[in-house]
Amino acid sequence: MPATKKLGLKQKYALMTRGLDWETTYQPMEKVFPYDQFEGIKVKNWDAWEDPFRLTMDAYWKIQAEKERKLYAVIDSISQNNAQLGITDARYINAVKIFIQGVTPLEYQAHRHFAHVARHLRGVGPRIAAQMQSLDELRHAQTQIHTISHYNKFFDGMHDWQHMHDRVWYLSVPKSFFDDAVTAGPFEFLTAISFSFEYVLTNLLFVPFMSGAAYNGDLATVTFGFSAQSDESRHMTLGLEVVKFILEQDEANLPIVQRWIDKWFWRGYRLLSLVGMMMDYMLPKKVMSWAEAWEMYYEEQGGALFADLGRYGIRPPKHEDVARKEKDRISHEVWAIFYNYTHAAAFHTWDIDDEHMRWLSEKYPKTFDQLYRPRLLMWRDMARAGKRFYNNALPQLCNLCQIPMAFTEPDDPTTICFRSSELGGDRYHFCSDGCKEIFDQEPEKFVQSWLPVHQIFQGNCGGASVEDVLKWYHLNLGADNLDYAGSPEQKMWDQWMAGRHVAQAAE
Amino acid sequence: MSVVALKPGYKGEVLDRVENFHGNQLVYLHWEDHLSFCAALAFPLPPDMPFGAILKDVLPPFYGMHPDWLKIDWSSVRWTLDGKPFTPDPGRALRDQDIRHKSLLRFWTPGLKGPRDSCS
Repeated sequence: MPATKKLGLKQKYALMTRGLDWETTYQPMEKVFPYDQFEGIKVKNWDAWEDPFRLTMDAYWKIQAEKERKLYAVIDSISQNNAQLGITDARYINAVKIFIQGVTPLEYQAHRHFAHVARHLRGVGPRIAAQMQSLDELRHAQTQIHTISHYNKFFDGMHDWQHMHDRVWYLSVPKSFFDDAVTAGPFEFLTAISFSFEYVLTNLLFVPFMSGAAYNGDLATVTFGFSAQSDESRHMTLGLEVVKFILEQDEANLPIVQRWIDKWFWRGYRLLSLVGMMMDYMLPKKVMSWAEAWEMYYEEQGGALFADLGRYGIRPPKHEDVARKEKDRISHEVWAIFYNYTHAAAFHTWDIDDEHMRWLSEKYPKTFDQLYRPRLLMWRDMARAGKRFYNNALPQLCNLCQIPMAFTEPDDPTTICFRSSELGGDRYHFCSDGCKEIFDQEPEKFVQSWLPVHQIFQGNCGGASVEDVLKWYHLNLGADNLDYAGSPEQKMWDQWMAGRHVAQAAE
Repeated sequence: MSVVALKPGYKGEVLDRVENFHGNQLVYLHWEDHLSFCAALAFPLPPDMPFGAILKDVLPPFYGMHPDWLKIDWSSVRWTLDGKPFTPDPGRALRDQDIRHKSLLRFWTPGLKGPRDSCS
């Protein structure tokens, strides 16, 4: 028997990803694939889909298994070497708390919905890409849980993140973002998550978190980040391919895709304001400011991307000019939200010291000294006088992004931006023109927003007192919440550090 | 109303209709130029509550810790209701002066802009 010639990558990919399905006869195709037409996207030729990675399942398993082996070896070493002692300061861990509460559940949601898309697109090429991404996302959720669980042994606020994700007021921001995406059709989902989030904005989520981790001695986060990196670059490519594929199929798709890009740019940008706060206020050792990150990763890189997409007729997302105007203030405005409501949050905030203020002043020369330093000083003085500033009323929320209405007018950083729409005799409030326009496009969807503040007043959140609600959130009162100063976590950290100094003195 | 949905005629449930608030209506209040309070405040209030009770009972426990609060000259305060100039009547009920479910009341306190005029 003659030896079989080994297949080339291209041939192998073609054999394992094409011609695998058929035109159904017992049931019409529309019934077998009920989701891929109602959005109005027209696809003439599914085979035009090109996967630049040409990854097949057998190769995928091999690569992923190798990454898993490395990851779990590092996790063992993190645990054996007490890596929690290597972080710069216990305050840093609050960024990790936000990650496990707010981001990890989205990885799991992404796993579920990419599995759905992998079943429901008519073309086999994109189905296979979506299937692999679904598995990636499940792996990311798992690796984050396994690495961060090491910190959960020592620090507060990470013990019940799944339960919290579904209930806690600020976690309704990431939750509702993803709920919006998974309740859309498959093409909007791909444009939202694969393109707008994973391609356009992902560097503003992962780079700050991973560099923040590296700068602050957080080996656990660096480890899962490194293990996810090659997956993320595949996801980014999928995102760009999806949009190009849709646009090349039919020119009637252009206005639909443009509307989705406008919408999901704005939704993603609003979500990232929480990351901006983390970068400017929560990292003991700073990486770069939010404004610098926005300039580098959006204004420069995003600018090049949209220049490239111009040949398809795509223009840059609407309201990117507003994001540019807001870059010197959103992190300060979001910090104000969490400083106001830290008694109701499962992470700590704290007063800002002089050195940190000097850094903020240097990074935000146009706004910090004039607008935010006096505020931080007033709060710090009140705390020193034993009257730490907590906002004991509940805030008005944006009906769309669900963030408290703390953002200011594009051209006036001292006045809150109030926008509203009236519909069916009811009024709906928004933090921005971007959020209002998304509502106005699809009000039937967003009249259903589960706004935590309104749900509390309707009596659906465990009771009428703040304590009832926080118990319903599963907050461990007095440990998970309130200022870092005086927290059990601070006490523990100070003891660890005192022990270290004694040990060093003895040497 | 419009939505892109699989099912023709899809309708969404309005989660925040006034009937769900046990006889109250939502009112948002916002003290301008004092952003140490990060956002407007939300309150469930009885529609027959006189406006004066907002100033006397509702707001002081929440805004009272700000050093500017006691300096307010209420006779010079400027109000808007849902974006239009408004002159509240302290003796009349909310519902009788067009303060409806999810209405927004903003007020400006002349001469007061927080520490170092930072609008905090």
